[in-house]
Amino acid sequence: MSSIPILPRHMRNTVLPGHAACHGCPIPIGLKVVGAAFGDKVILVVPACCTSVVLGMHPGTAFNGSVVHVAFASAAAVASGISAGLSKRGVRDVQVIAWAGDGGTADIGMASLSGAVERNDDFIYVMYDNEAYMNTGIQRSSATPAGAWTTTTPLGKKEPKKDVAKILIAHGAPYVATASIAYPHDFYSKLKKAAGIRGFKFIYLHAPCPVGWRFDPSLTVNIAKLAVETGMVILYEYYDGGIRLSGPSRPLLDKSKRKPIAEYLKHQGRFRGINEGELRSLESYVDSSWEWVKKFMQ
Amino acid sequence: MSKLIRVVKSHHRIPIAKPSIGVSGKTGTWRWIKPVVDLSKCTKCYQCEIYCPDNSILVEPLKGAIVNYDYCKGCGICAEVCPAKAINMVEEEQHGS
Repeated sequence: MSSIPILPRHMRNTVLPGHAACHGCPIPIGLKVVGAAFGDKVILVVPACCTSVVLGMHPGTAFNGSVVHVAFASAAAVASGISAGLSKRGVRDVQVIAWAGDGGTADIGMASLSGAVERNDDFIYVMYDNEAYMNTGIQRSSATPAGAWTTTTPLGKKEPKKDVAKILIAHGAPYVATASIAYPHDFYSKLKKAAGIRGFKFIYLHAPCPVGWRFDPSLTVNIAKLAVETGMVILYEYYDGGIRLSGPSRPLLDKSKRKPIAEYLKHQGRFRGINEGELRSLESYVDSSWEWVKKFMQ
Repeated sequence: MSKLIRVVKSHHRIPIAKPSIGVSGKTGTWRWIKPVVDLSKCTKCYQCEIYCPDNSILVEPLKGAIVNYDYCKGCGICAEVCPAKAINMVEEEQHGS
């Protein structure tokens, strides 16, 4: 037996087989962990994003729980309304989760997200980050990392990635965490912790997309693991005014323990045209985000 | 699994979708390689079940990993994450069924 404990059994019944995701899609893996944490006592607010495609068309839905499909910019606003309505009716055991992609969070949904944090509405906002607008044909988003190919940046994106978790910490949200689909137990414990906190909770979920990132579908979990091991994604929790590094990222505070970034890039076709200068700037971006994390660590 | 999912006939005027298996049809027909589990090597560590995006590989505590070939899309994540290398991806003899 493996030393890793299994997740609760009801994760089996959350995402139903036969959904419309591509081969090797990371989104159902994340949704299964949501199911493991809350069962069917969850209301998912999904704006236009890959997930609204994954869950399928009208007579059926692939998520065994309540789902509200809403317009692109309004995920956080609708989730605010639902959580306010539930608390007025005295419903305490249902968790409201806004489940949006990086486009619906970092670009289009930023205004309603910012408003919801300012009002400190009681729900969890999960941003699963596949680093471009995938289902409309791989257009660049502000969360695409520098140097990455997309159909709208054929020579590689010039600007660095927008770090939404940082922005949310600056907003003064009570709980901000980053997670990865490669570490479902870590994501599970963060969801459980967030559910016990009153106020706005934000979880960033790193989700590698085989179609848009141009790698083999079987490597989804390995690429997500490499992103953490190279330090591109830092897993941490922010609460009570300080950052705490999570298990997989804790030893990587020492720069020598991190794997070289080139190892993460070489599996992905979107970084095929990257040159030496762009690699250096990615490395300095990673170093600066680690320096930033160190400043706020407790 | 089928016991827990109840298919409720909705009123035809209320366009509410109900949770159901196979909203995109039998997605097993999308597959060109299929996972084959060597049950003698399976250590029942549940890694394949946790990471399967299609929720179509389930670990039975006594038998081992069982694949639901009706809905498995053949992405190969289970074979990659298996620590015992008990899952092999083999090519489909005939496309679809």
